[in-house]
Amino acid sequence: MLLADARALCPDLAAVPADPAGDLAALEKLALWAQRWGPWSALDPPDGLLVDVTGAAHLFGGEEALLADVMRSFAARGLTARAALAPTAGAAWALSHYGRPRAILPPLAGEDHMLRQLGDLPVAALRLDDDVLTVLRRLGIKRLGELAGVSGAGDDPGQEAAARDALRRRFRNHRSPAANPLLRLDQLLGRVPEPLLPVIERPMPLVQRRLMEPLRHRNLLDRVVEDLAADMVRALEAREEGARRLELALWRVDGEVLSRRIELAAATREASHITRLFAARLDDVEAGFGIEAVQLRASWSEPLSLSQADLDAAAEDHGTALAACIDRLTVRLGPKAVTRPVARASHIPERAQGWQPPLAPVPPSQGALAFHTRPLKLLDRAEPIAVLYASPDGVPQRFRWRGNVREVCRVEGPERIAPEWWRERSTARLRDYYRIEDEAGRRYWIYRQGTLGDGRGGVPDWFLQGLYA
Amino acid sequence: MPFTPSKPSPARILARAAPEARWRPGLDAQPFHSEIFASASEASGAGLALALARDALTSDAADGAVEDTRQVLWVQDRAAIRLGGRPCLAGLPPDLRRRLIHVAAATPEDALFALEEGLKCRDLACVIGEIAGNPRALSFTASRRLSLTAERHGVRLWLVRLDAERDLSSARMRWQARAAPSPPPRWNPAAPGTASWHAELFRARAHAPGEWMLCDDTGTLRLRSDPDTDVAAAPDPVHLARPTVGRSLAARARA
Repeated sequence: MLLADARALCPDLAAVPADPAGDLAALEKLALWAQRWGPWSALDPPDGLLVDVTGAAHLFGGEEALLADVMRSFAARGLTARAALAPTAGAAWALSHYGRPRAILPPLAGEDHMLRQLGDLPVAALRLDDDVLTVLRRLGIKRLGELAGVSGAGDDPGQEAAARDALRRRFRNHRSPAANPLLRLDQLLGRVPEPLLPVIERPMPLVQRRLMEPLRHRNLLDRVVEDLAADMVRALEAREEGARRLELALWRVDGEVLSRRIELAAATREASHITRLFAARLDDVEAGFGIEAVQLRASWSEPLSLSQADLDAAAEDHGTALAACIDRLTVRLGPKAVTRPVARASHIPERAQGWQPPLAPVPPSQGALAFHTRPLKLLDRAEPIAVLYASPDGVPQRFRWRGNVREVCRVEGPERIAPEWWRERSTARLRDYYRIEDEAGRRYWIYRQGTLGDGRGGVPDWFLQGLYA
Repeated sequence: MPFTPSKPSPARILARAAPEARWRPGLDAQPFHSEIFASASEASGAGLALALARDALTSDAADGAVEDTRQVLWVQDRAAIRLGGRPCLAGLPPDLRRRLIHVAAATPEDALFALEEGLKCRDLACVIGEIAGNPRALSFTASRRLSLTAERHGVRLWLVRLDAERDLSSARMRWQARAAPSPPPRWNPAAPGTASWHAELFRARAHAPGEWMLCDDTGTLRLRSDPDTDVAAAPDPVHLARPTVGRSLAARARA
């Protein structure tokens, strides 16, 4: 049903936009929080959590008390939950989704007992794909007991083996567990292992200083930032990491929070470098009645192993490293100002070149053709030129650019570059490029946009796009 | 009392080797700070700066013979970008394409800051700057700062001054460059040839002033003596041609 239809039926409908990424993030946080009941937990997207409580139930006074604690804690946070406890992850999932509320499967029971307990659950409790469920429904199999060949009354090993065999033959090409009922059944009973990916919290390196007296002067703030940088270096060293992004938060007495953020060109763990970069960003800090707390956190860090300092101290002290130089330039001039030109897959000259951060890896590119002579410098926007006199084949002999008249002596061309039809509109015109040299030896790259009579505009215009060395 | 040039003391003469009076490409002792004055409507300033930089770097690395992988920093201020454009990757010399870092500074002050930071960096091969006009920030003091930083850290700087007057500067060599008619290529005399410049060295510490016709001969800086006689020296793109192997034996037998 469309939202408009639903609103027509019920005008008071409350609509909330779906946010799958936000839901997943919330589930991750919930998984970390759920580690209060067991040493590790795993996600079961979109809405499930698995917690390993092996040997932990007695801390809560038994398994029933543990489940009651779970329900109470979720209810206290306004969340509706269904909980179940079972020896395997698959059985716990089945019971929590399709069993009675707060179902507990005792671990001491054997496989047969377990199967008999779960035999009344629908086959959907096996975490199967929809199309497999459809196949099973068409086969008339509705319950787990029917699938496994176990009826409630008596044991019949022959019947069970026959059911197993039939399942294996029917689903022998299905490798994925979600498409193979036999595999899922074995996982449910604990006959085959089911690896789960645990959620592990990695706290962000964070150091802070709470100050007894609010800071109102710059040199004191510099001192605090220096101390924080030294602490941060120690924190990073313990994790064998280097910071790529650092965020400095300053709490003022009146409750205002000022934040400064720097990004580094390479992972670094140098206190003096960090201090220097922040010093350039602290000039416009308005201290007001004083700053009472300063916090530095590394929200993005990368592995950086400990390395021995150079034995020759002179080489270290002399000058700065490239990454440090780029950091200093970036902090003062902005991240867009310091770039490296890289080739892109395009024939259009202004699009054939992109700019990326200077220390990022250069993507592989196709080699340029040796007979394409390109200018040393390209103008940001091609500038129109006024052709005063053209030779019979259309090449300008005399043109005006930036107020000066140039006499063309030598010409090479045209080199035709067609528009990229997969990217531009159908009315984009092709370009005929010419290399020209004027009477003083100045060499330019000019082009004519379109040809006469191509049906995409009037008389074609001329532009000057590049300067040859 | 009028100034009379006295004979220099022998100690001063012996202390340093006599510099070569006349500049030529491929000299060993290249200065650390040079300025090139050029018009903004041609790329000859940047072209000559690149050619001089490559000349200095190859003469530095002649003994090492290890491929230089250090980065080259190219700083431009906004006016220089507007007048002369940005470097084009496909038009750069092939060995520079992978190791160019471009800095687009908004103001001449920022450009000078970037130049100085680049000169302080030990991992850079050289620094090339482009500043348009005669901004107030680029005073004699600023150029002296650049010279001292470059000489202290051993990183060379070529500063291209677009459309600028020859103001006070402490650069060790100061050039005036303009484009010169190129040598006609052998296979298509009607086409523009390789880059050529008319370069005038008007102020230098170690050399006498002079004028040269320079041309870029597949990456090396050469002198051009006479525009007429060097038709044979004009570039001959032989590397684009291949011997015709794989033709039929009959065609070879007839030949």
